[in-house]
Amino acid sequence: MAKTLYDKLWDSHLVQQRDDGSALIYIDLQLLHEVTSPQAFEGLRLHGRKPWRLTSSLATPDHNVPTTVEERKSGVNGIADPVSKIQVTTLDDNCDEFGITEFKMTDIRQGIVHVVGPEQGATIPGMTVVCGDSHTSTHGAFGALAHGIGTSEVEHVLATQCLVQKKMRNMLVRVDGELSPYVTAKDVVLAIIGEIGTAGGTGYAIEFGGSAIASLSMEGRMTVCNMAIEAGARVGLIAVDQTTIDYVKDRPYAPKGAHWDMAVEAWKDLVSDKDAEFDEVVVLNGADIKPQVTWGTSPEMVIAIDQDIPRPEDQADAVTRDGYARAWKYMGLEGKKTLADITLDRVFIGSCTNSRIEDLRAAAEVVKGRKVADTLTQAIVVPGSGLVKEQAEKEGLDKIFTEAGLEWREPGCSMCLAMNADKLGHGEHCASTSNRNFEGRQGFGGRTHLVSPAMAAAAAIAGHFVDVNELVKH
Amino acid sequence: MRPFTTHTGIAAPLDLANVDTDMIIPKQFLKSIKRTGFGKNLFDELRYEDEGQPDQECTGRPLRKDFVLNQDRYQGTSVLLARSNFGCGSSREHAPWALDDFGIRSVIAPSFADIFYNNCFKNGLLPIVLKEEEVDQLFEEVEANEGYELTVDLENQTVKTPSGTEFSFQVDAFRKHCLLNGLDDIGLTLQQADAIHAYEEKRIQTAPWLFEARAL
Repeated sequence: MAKTLYDKLWDSHLVQQRDDGSALIYIDLQLLHEVTSPQAFEGLRLHGRKPWRLTSSLATPDHNVPTTVEERKSGVNGIADPVSKIQVTTLDDNCDEFGITEFKMTDIRQGIVHVVGPEQGATIPGMTVVCGDSHTSTHGAFGALAHGIGTSEVEHVLATQCLVQKKMRNMLVRVDGELSPYVTAKDVVLAIIGEIGTAGGTGYAIEFGGSAIASLSMEGRMTVCNMAIEAGARVGLIAVDQTTIDYVKDRPYAPKGAHWDMAVEAWKDLVSDKDAEFDEVVVLNGADIKPQVTWGTSPEMVIAIDQDIPRPEDQADAVTRDGYARAWKYMGLEGKKTLADITLDRVFIGSCTNSRIEDLRAAAEVVKGRKVADTLTQAIVVPGSGLVKEQAEKEGLDKIFTEAGLEWREPGCSMCLAMNADKLGHGEHCASTSNRNFEGRQGFGGRTHLVSPAMAAAAAIAGHFVDVNELVKH
Repeated sequence: MRPFTTHTGIAAPLDLANVDTDMIIPKQFLKSIKRTGFGKNLFDELRYEDEGQPDQECTGRPLRKDFVLNQDRYQGTSVLLARSNFGCGSSREHAPWALDDFGIRSVIAPSFADIFYNNCFKNGLLPIVLKEEEVDQLFEEVEANEGYELTVDLENQTVKTPSGTEFSFQVDAFRKHCLLNGLDDIGLTLQQADAIHAYEEKRIQTAPWLFEARAL
């Protein structure tokens, strides 16, 4: 029988199928960070349990870490917030106690887990990957079955190397054709979420396919899969091709020698069979997608840069109308018609969605030789890992950013969820390359607009949203 | 884990779709390394006028009077009525921990986000999916009747209203079994250790690179 990529990954990790429809699935890699792991380690201790297989875990602190050079100089001792410091110290202590590999704050390999895993070759095709973080869907870009889990399941995987799961349904989202200039992976995935809604993928594993997806780099594919969860799908997947294999080759943790050849041979099968059936198919035309900007408080509240902001009173459904009205009020949109009418206060370029080298290159290209609008309070660039930072500095991107008036920071999750000191003030509007525009996400009363790195860079220069294509013409 | 069999309690209507886990428990409270104590910060930004801080005493903080759980008639709520896609966003298990710590035993909605739904079962909290029109009816009834209580019966998979109307709901057999008996599912999985070892022995033959010691 013809299988989807998801079917193949499921079947190859099935330890035990139960009569009630649930199954025991084997987990190859667990990524750990400081926020969702302390209670899991505590659970192990309470029950006198040990990790099942130590080499299957990799940890790094990311959510709480400060991003200024000054605070980072002395590692964990430089964290000013005592509560954050305890959490990072707890991760260090737990990893030391249980013998788990951790890239600590002073290690150049430290960074956002979803940047670090692929960068190290710890994430490879055909794996199952979990992490106590919903954006674990990122790793599906490698043809790996990857999804976020809660802390109880983090403990379950540590103790048993398995998860109790029920098989999801299959959805194919195909993006055909070619993308226009400055239309990026971020715009594609925002357009998809706009199309199917924030719960459109609930219960599904979404495979992204079509020529527009195949044309993306691994960085772009990670951006797309990263946001599958914002469409409700825990799992996003992209088939393995030569782009995948070229990216993985020679990375520190990737298979080597005879094992590499064996692995590559096996990975060629990590595509959906030609006649595989999906429970749901959604098709978009890549050429129709324009740069996207979210206007509201859910990722599905998204429009193209040239569209008017939709008004609550024009919505037919009562729950949608109420939701729009609430979002309008929260976002302070009264009297505004288009995205360009919104005056921006801050710009954030970073997060597990858009902090990889390609993202930084795209933003640098736009700001090069230009200056950040003086109406902005702050514009920051936060690389996804120490190695991304190092590479960007080799290419001189840090100079381009600082000369344009953007701050160049140390790696971490930063303003994506504002668990460290980087946050929005009450009522401030931010052009952000992150993944969630929920109320309060980037700071109490903060107003987030999700965009691509190029669009964030253009907004930083203009002080308001503008089509990056227009900006670069001048 | 605390078992869940049947529960009767005051219901409160949270009339908002797409309630995300950032709303249920904002990020500043995730810095705790414990599983308890999140109840006072449940729905912090919806509930209080000011910005809450970790370890802050909450009794004197200004309340948002329009928020449902702040109203006198909904004090002691243990069954939360919600709209579609409840619990979307972040995988933080702090969301069910906060609901539980506040005293919520069951959440009823037309749909839930997958990760949140799953996390509830690990914490003795029962998420119930009812049809959109059934949830609409419950919203109408709870708003019209002060002291409105619902009875949730997991064994029989029903939600019963004060007038005796029963709505049935679906739940996975395994999850139901664990929740009814308060079972630790790690213990259950470890009973299958032989099957896990057998899988590993077979898998290492076909995909040995997955079992290499990771280079540092």
